[in-house]
Amino acid sequence: MSPTDATAEGLAIPSREAQAAKADNVDSRGRLLAADGTPLKASLRRALRREKLRAFMLVAPLLAFILITFIAPIGQMLTRSIGNEIVPTTIPGTLAAMGEWDPSVSDAPDERVFQALFFDMFLAAELKEHTKLGTRLNYEQQGMSSLFRGAGRQMDNFGEPYQEFLEDEIDEAWDTAAYWTTLMTTKEGGAAASDLTASVRARLQAMTEDAFAADMPIEVRADMAALLPQTATAYTEFLLTAVNVEEDDPLEEEPWEAVHAALAVDLADPDLRRAATTYAGPGAELLNRAAGRADEMPPLALKEAFLDDDEDWGDREIWGTIKQYAGVYTAGYYLAAVDMAYSPEGEVVEASVPIYLTLFWRTLVLSVTITGTCLLLGYPIAWLLANLPMRTANLLLILVLLPFWTSLLVRTSSWIVLLQDQGVINDVLVFIGIVADNNRLQMMFNEVGTVVAMTHILLPFMILPLFSVMKTIPPSYLRAAKSLGATNFTAFWRVYFPQTVPGIGAGAILVFILAIGYYITPELVGGTSGIFISNRIAYHISSSLNWGLAAALGSLLLIAVLVLYWLYDKIVGIDNVKLG
Amino acid sequence: MTASPAMAQDGPTCPEGEFTLTMVSWGGAYEASQEKAYYQPFTEACPNVTIVQESASNEAVAKLRAQAEAGNTTWDVVDVVASDAIRLCDEGLALEIDPEEWLAEAPDGTSAEDDFGDLLVSDCFIPQIVYSTTFGYRTDVEAWGGSVPGDICAVFDLEGFPGTRSLESRPINNMEWALYCDGVAKEDIYDVLETDEGQARAFAKLDSIKDSTIWWSAGAETPQRLADGEAVIGSTYNGRLFSVIEEQDQPVAMLWDMQVFDLDGWVIPSGVADEDLPAIEAFINFATDTQRLADQAKYISYGPARASSAPLVSTHAELGIEMAPHMPTDPNNAANTLLYNYEWWADFRDDLDAKFQAWLTR
Repeated sequence: MSPTDATAEGLAIPSREAQAAKADNVDSRGRLLAADGTPLKASLRRALRREKLRAFMLVAPLLAFILITFIAPIGQMLTRSIGNEIVPTTIPGTLAAMGEWDPSVSDAPDERVFQALFFDMFLAAELKEHTKLGTRLNYEQQGMSSLFRGAGRQMDNFGEPYQEFLEDEIDEAWDTAAYWTTLMTTKEGGAAASDLTASVRARLQAMTEDAFAADMPIEVRADMAALLPQTATAYTEFLLTAVNVEEDDPLEEEPWEAVHAALAVDLADPDLRRAATTYAGPGAELLNRAAGRADEMPPLALKEAFLDDDEDWGDREIWGTIKQYAGVYTAGYYLAAVDMAYSPEGEVVEASVPIYLTLFWRTLVLSVTITGTCLLLGYPIAWLLANLPMRTANLLLILVLLPFWTSLLVRTSSWIVLLQDQGVINDVLVFIGIVADNNRLQMMFNEVGTVVAMTHILLPFMILPLFSVMKTIPPSYLRAAKSLGATNFTAFWRVYFPQTVPGIGAGAILVFILAIGYYITPELVGGTSGIFISNRIAYHISSSLNWGLAAALGSLLLIAVLVLYWLYDKIVGIDNVKLG
Repeated sequence: MTASPAMAQDGPTCPEGEFTLTMVSWGGAYEASQEKAYYQPFTEACPNVTIVQESASNEAVAKLRAQAEAGNTTWDVVDVVASDAIRLCDEGLALEIDPEEWLAEAPDGTSAEDDFGDLLVSDCFIPQIVYSTTFGYRTDVEAWGGSVPGDICAVFDLEGFPGTRSLESRPINNMEWALYCDGVAKEDIYDVLETDEGQARAFAKLDSIKDSTIWWSAGAETPQRLADGEAVIGSTYNGRLFSVIEEQDQPVAMLWDMQVFDLDGWVIPSGVADEDLPAIEAFINFATDTQRLADQAKYISYGPARASSAPLVSTHAELGIEMAPHMPTDPNNAANTLLYNYEWWADFRDDLDAKFQAWLTR
């Protein structure tokens, strides 16, 4: 018995009692059995699953296509609009050191924070990541871009005094790869500080988004990581960068100035200095000597160095911005997209130059206007198409479709030729004397231009759904209405029009959603008062590279469309939409 | 690379093997001039290199970033303006170039670094041409009563020179010109513009002509508007004006006063395939030599970016007219110029642009 037969038979059996009567078809728990002895339900489920699987396989390519080209990019856009990893991954040490620094209490943080900033920036400059961070923060606070670019150039100089002291005053060997590798690394044996290497590697990978090799020719020794923590960290950063980014042999490379500066920081700590004085491992002699003369080291004055380079480093607002954007996620882009901003104290305030809300509002108003004009112009045309003899209707339909086959730019440019000050329409009006030559109509580079050109471009999207709906309305309905005494208008309004509502709904939704995202036409004909929010999105994508803000603006636009769609569903009902 | 820089003067040092290079540029007359001056001579000498052209420079920065994020860089040499090169370099999207290693020496042995001089504005940027953003005006405006604009401030003089202006819809250049015509000394412009009062002052000056101004975003718009009579005076790139005046013979003239110099050149994407590098290096070395840069000026009125090329600029390839007087760098044209301050705009661009757009929509 096939599953379908079983179903048919099952349906034919009126009650459970009757089923149970057929004992050979029922198991001990009263379940129906198929011919092969498996429960009927399971057998049916298996058969249906096969059907479902086949159906799923048929839609799978489309589903995958939509997932990859539609859902995934939207998801990525949403994460980009709140993503802020670049700040915490580039200057984690600085952010940790800033800790409780409060912009309302002091102007700039203390020396400790500037030390952390120096090591973060030195590493970032070596990896060429500091300018990215500057660009990111410049979106929030003007001047950050050159501040970070400028500081990046100074990093070597900031560390140089410590390197020179060690090299000139203690021993020249302090500037050689050979001594440093002996002192710090597993070159001559000893246990590696694997934890340190792993954590520094993780940090570098997060910052550069590149993979760093796990097997290193040499590593910092565990005893050094305990003895000179800052130096060990800086040296590990140097080793990993040398091997992975510069692709140099760390045994040959002199370490960075930052490593010398890190040693100065370690030796400034009395406990660490005491331990370093009595250190007895490889390369002990020079380290003991350096530790013994640590008092003579150039003082640690990195705050002064930063401020000497650019006094803006002492600016409260700069540090307020850094603190404000310290998190992995930020609401900053969305705030900017609705004309708000964080103040240096971290409060949400109105942006100094509101722009986006105006543009959102204008986009909505103009899109509704365009939808309205499309409906006004498209409705009679669609009616004509639906009611003319086939041959004439087809010819007209081609005229409607013609704009589809013409380049968007050509159509837009033609409108410029027609509508501009010295354009065809104005020339004709001046010629027949309706308009004075010095008072020509302004029909381009404003809202009028945008509405006219976009109505023309989007008109087919209104006409086609209307036409396909009107085509299905039998002319006899109108005749019946009239024969029952309706006037022309009543017949149209009470009988014909309600039947075209699904077409109007479909056309209006199509035109509105297309209009709200348009940007080429407004850019060309809209001047300053006819541009849309999409023009700003395009600007942030391709010109200012502020993709986070572009994503936030795009997300808001998406939300606006979804809300309107929902409203439409509530008011008109989405079942009432007929696309063809 | 084994090629000696000096050899490039005679012809390119061809790389060994088969290569396909994708060159990205601006399209139009500009890309055509590059094709004739650089691509064709190079591929004729090195038939093992195929050059594919793509006209996408106007969105190069965004596309390079997208390519880098996708880990699939398909471009080899990208033509961008200097400010974009600086941003690409900042973002780590362009390769740093050592001029001594990559660029050809001048024929007299001057090093490339000295010959290009200050125009090497970024570590990643290979300068190609100097262009300027300047004004053109119609020569047949009746309302002007026979007078012609003598300096930049005519743009802000609606009494003496009535009519529609065509300005670029971004703050860069417009703010500087506005302050200059409001009486700020040229060397103080950026200091003043850095303050809120200075910005308000520039906007106030622009307000005075806002009602008579239409704005452009593509370089072709102003020449078109001047030719149509839609605008009587407008800013655009000097090469565009050259073609309106000399090639299309329209009643338009150049106003060189306070032209803003800017640079255009090449960058190499940092994600470029290693195996393409020999061909890229050979091409750059060939294309940046003194003669080749001078050759480009035969086809378009932009000045070569290296000092030693200037004396070699000859006549237009089709019109036969002497090109030197049409170069923005010609002493007669460059009497009063403004050098675009890249560093300053890198800082203030985002902020001022938002303010400018808000001002425009007001």
